[in-house]
Amino acid sequence: MENIANIFVKSIFIDNMIFAYFLGMCSYLAVSKTVKTSFGLGVAVAFMLTITVPINYLIENYLLCKGAMTWISPSFADVDLSFLTFIVFIAVVASMTQLVEMVVEKFSPSLYNSLGIFLPLIAVNCAILGGSLFMAERSYANVGEAAVFGFGSGIGWLLAIVSLAAIREKIKYSKIPKALDGLGIAFIIVGLMGLAFMGFMGIKL
Amino acid sequence: MQNKRKERIFLDPIFRNNPVTVQILGICSALAVTVKLQSAVVMALSLTFVVAFSNVIVSLLRKTIPGRIRIIVQLVVVAFLVILVDQFLKAYFFDISKQLSVFVGLIITNCIVMGRLEAFAMSNSPKRSLIDGLANGLGYGLILIVVAFFRELLGSGTIWNYQVVPQAFYDAGYMNNGLMIMPPMALIAVGLIVWIQRAHQQRKEEGK
Repeated sequence: MENIANIFVKSIFIDNMIFAYFLGMCSYLAVSKTVKTSFGLGVAVAFMLTITVPINYLIENYLLCKGAMTWISPSFADVDLSFLTFIVFIAVVASMTQLVEMVVEKFSPSLYNSLGIFLPLIAVNCAILGGSLFMAERSYANVGEAAVFGFGSGIGWLLAIVSLAAIREKIKYSKIPKALDGLGIAFIIVGLMGLAFMGFMGIKL
Repeated sequence: MQNKRKERIFLDPIFRNNPVTVQILGICSALAVTVKLQSAVVMALSLTFVVAFSNVIVSLLRKTIPGRIRIIVQLVVVAFLVILVDQFLKAYFFDISKQLSVFVGLIITNCIVMGRLEAFAMSNSPKRSLIDGLANGLGYGLILIVVAFFRELLGSGTIWNYQVVPQAFYDAGYMNNGLMIMPPMALIAVGLIVWIQRAHQQRKEEGK
């Protein structure tokens, strides 16, 4: 239990997708102009991370790793399919976004209207694939931990994009040198926010 | 005329229409690998390879790919090339591949690659797509190398792992700026590059 809480807090604050690894930066900067749309995208990312990371964990550990397929037959002990990791992960991410889009459209049209336009964007969002790749690299103990990691990273991403959007909404009223306006200042704001987030480093539960 | 157009395809992405600073594409990985010059160069070369060849492959296939599933087809082509790069790095440059960790894999979702495939390769001949791919890769690499150069110089006092700040400086009280190694400084560095570039362009336009 303690371990899970630790992973959760760590993935939100210390290993924050945006501030520590710059994942999903493209859509992060492009969509963070208003709080409302950025909240929609943030929720969609958190949602997809929570779904895809555990699925990829299962695939990684029961199909792709060296000796992972022994549960089918002991003769597969030497099979190592880990070179397929990338292509399988991206296929899972792309198909899951498609699936979720269809399910949401069918069962909750109101959610689809607010979330729908972001879902196709997400298939190529680095944060989703990055979450799975980090999960593979850090080798979590079981699928629960992987799911918590995915969920925590998603929440961290949501937090980062909403706070940036709030700052950008306010900063519109300030006088910024013309050449720095827009993209340049957004970079610097994110950098300063990242510095602030570094204060969380070393927290352990 | 023909030559001039080719030149523009090549030169535009490197300076005037740089994918990183102007189009805000592919920043995700651009920043994370710029602590050391060496990893930045390897990353830039890998990305250039992937963009150039996926551009060529997709451009060759562009008439046979059905419009509805083109994203999946493009992803498969890109993933295939990225696996080649990853296996190559693991075989010959194991240390660097460890340093780059997940970021090689993330080339798959790098927006530059997908963006160029959608915007250019789907509607242009293989030869021009190759030029476009190379140019975008180089434009990306240029920013990476500039950022990495300053971060490594100021952060560790080295360039390409060679000590360049003389020992006498350290004796006199000079210290490496540890902040430059931290992730947030990459963002601020790119912000400053954007600022310089835009200011420069503005002046040029006003001068016209």
